[in-house]
Amino acid sequence: MAEKFDAIVVGAGPSGNAAAYTMAKAGLKVLQLERGEYPGSKNVQGAILYSDALEKIIPDFRDDAPLERHIIEQRMWVLDDESYVGSNYRSDDFNKPPYNRYTIIRAQFDKWFSEKVQEAGAMLICETTVSDLLMDGKRVIGVQTDRLGGSIYADIVILADGVNSLLATKAGFHPELEPKNVALAVKEIHFMPQETVEARFNVNGDAGVVIEMAGKITKGMMGTGFLYTNKESLTIGVGCMLSDLKQQKITPYQLLEEMKAHPSIAPILEGGEMKEYTAHLIPEGGYKAIPELCGDGWMIVGDSGMFVNAMHREGSNLAMTTGCFAAETVIELAAEQKPFTAKNLARYREKLNESFVIKDLKKYKNMPDVFHANPQFFTTYPEMLNQAAHKMLRVDGIDKKTKEKQIMANFKQRRSLFGLMGDAYKLWRAFE
Amino acid sequence: MSTNVKVEEKLFQNRYRVDAGRPHIQIKDEELCASECETQQCTVCCPAGCYTLEGNGRVVLITDGCLECGTCRIICNDHRNVAWEYPRGGYGVLFKFG
Repeated sequence: MAEKFDAIVVGAGPSGNAAAYTMAKAGLKVLQLERGEYPGSKNVQGAILYSDALEKIIPDFRDDAPLERHIIEQRMWVLDDESYVGSNYRSDDFNKPPYNRYTIIRAQFDKWFSEKVQEAGAMLICETTVSDLLMDGKRVIGVQTDRLGGSIYADIVILADGVNSLLATKAGFHPELEPKNVALAVKEIHFMPQETVEARFNVNGDAGVVIEMAGKITKGMMGTGFLYTNKESLTIGVGCMLSDLKQQKITPYQLLEEMKAHPSIAPILEGGEMKEYTAHLIPEGGYKAIPELCGDGWMIVGDSGMFVNAMHREGSNLAMTTGCFAAETVIELAAEQKPFTAKNLARYREKLNESFVIKDLKKYKNMPDVFHANPQFFTTYPEMLNQAAHKMLRVDGIDKKTKEKQIMANFKQRRSLFGLMGDAYKLWRAFE
Repeated sequence: MSTNVKVEEKLFQNRYRVDAGRPHIQIKDEELCASECETQQCTVCCPAGCYTLEGNGRVVLITDGCLECGTCRIICNDHRNVAWEYPRGGYGVLFKFG
C-alpha cells in the first residue's frame, strides 16, 4: 500500500464522515480508515442528532437516513431519592417538518453516513487500526496501520479518532486527558412495542420525547442522566465526571441500576427488554481544554478536539461542523496550491472561532470549574427543591405562609442565605 | 437497595470478537498496583468490571468484556500503570446499536 492520497481521515464517526464526505465531494482523493467491522460498530452516543449540521452537508438526508423519532418535547427533571421536580417544553412547532432534532441509533446512522461518503468517492477501509502517525521531522506524512506493510501516505491527515485519541497523544499534539475533563457515561437500550413507547410518552407517529435529569441520581457527582425515546426502544444512561467517579465506591453500572429503580423511572422501563449495554467517555472539559487543533500536515476534529457542549448536550453537531471546516480548509488550500503547514492550516481555527462552535464553548468556559467547586448543585439543591415542592403540594391543614417560612428556614439552615446568594451569583457569572 | 447487579449479565447482551491471547490493555507493573496504589479505583470505575481486586490486594485484569471506553487509562493518572491500545482492526466489542 505505497499509494499516496490527498487526505487520510482516521475514523468514521460524525466528524470523520463529515470531513471525508466534504473533501471527496470536492474531488480530492480521500482514504478513510475505521477500526470497527463497519462504521458505527465502535461508536456510542446518547443519541440525538441535530439536523442543522447534517443538513448543511447532505441537505436531503431525511430521504433515507435511519432516523428514530423527531423530538417534540424536552423534559428536565431534578431528582431526589423519591421524587422529581420537572419542567417540560413541548411545542407543535417542533412537530412540523423540517424537524430540528432526532433520536438516532448510532450503529445504523454512522453506517448510512459512511455509505454517502463512499458514494461521494472516498475510499473506506474497515477493520484497520491506525497504530502510529508517520512523521518527517515535525510534519505528518501518513499513517501506519496494523495491516501487513500498512504504511499509507497523504498530504494531510485528519484525526477524527474520537475522545481517546491515542494518535494525537502519542505524537505529542496534546497532553494526556485528565479525569476532570472527561465524563464516563453508561447506557442501556430497552426494547418495547412501539405502541408502548407512544402511550408512555403521549406521542404518536414519529414524534418523540427526551428527558434530561440531574440530582441525586449521580450521588453528588457532577453529572446527568438521560432517557430518550427511539422508535421501539428507549435509551437510558447516566454520566459523571471521571474525577468524581475516582472518589467514589459506586460502580458505573450500579449507578445506572439505581437510577433505573427510581420510582419515577422504573414504570417507564417496565416490561422492556435490555439488548445492549455500552460505555463511552465524553470530552466535557470545555473551551479551556481544547488542544492544539492543527500543525504541519495534521488537523484534529470532533471529540478528539474536545468539541462537546456539555451544558446543552450537543456533540455530534459540533463534530460534523468541525469536520466540515477542516475539509473546507484543505479544499481551499489545495485550490490555492498552498502547502498544509501549521501556518496555512490555522485558517481552520479561524473558521471555528467565527462559528457557534467556539462561541458556545467560550460562553460556558467557567462552567466546569463552578460545578467542580460546588457539589451542592448535585446534592443539596435537588433535595431542597424536591422537599419544597412536596411541602407546598401536600394538603395537610398547615397554612401556606407557615410552609413558606419552613422552606426558607430549611434553605438557610442547609446552605445559609449567604451561600444561596453566592451560588446564584456563581451560576449567573458562569452563564453570562 | 435490592438493585445489586452483576455486570456480566449486562455484558452478556453485547457482541464481541475476542482477539484470543492478545489483550489490548495490560497492567504495566502488577507490583505497583498492589503496593503503591491506595484506592485501586480501576476496580470500581471500569464500566465492564474488567479489573478485579483479589484478596491479596492484587489487581487482575481480564479484557474480554472491555467496552473500549478508555476510563482505566485516564483514571490511572497518578501512576500511569495501564498500557492501553485499541484492539486490532475488527476485534473487540461490536456495537449493534451504539
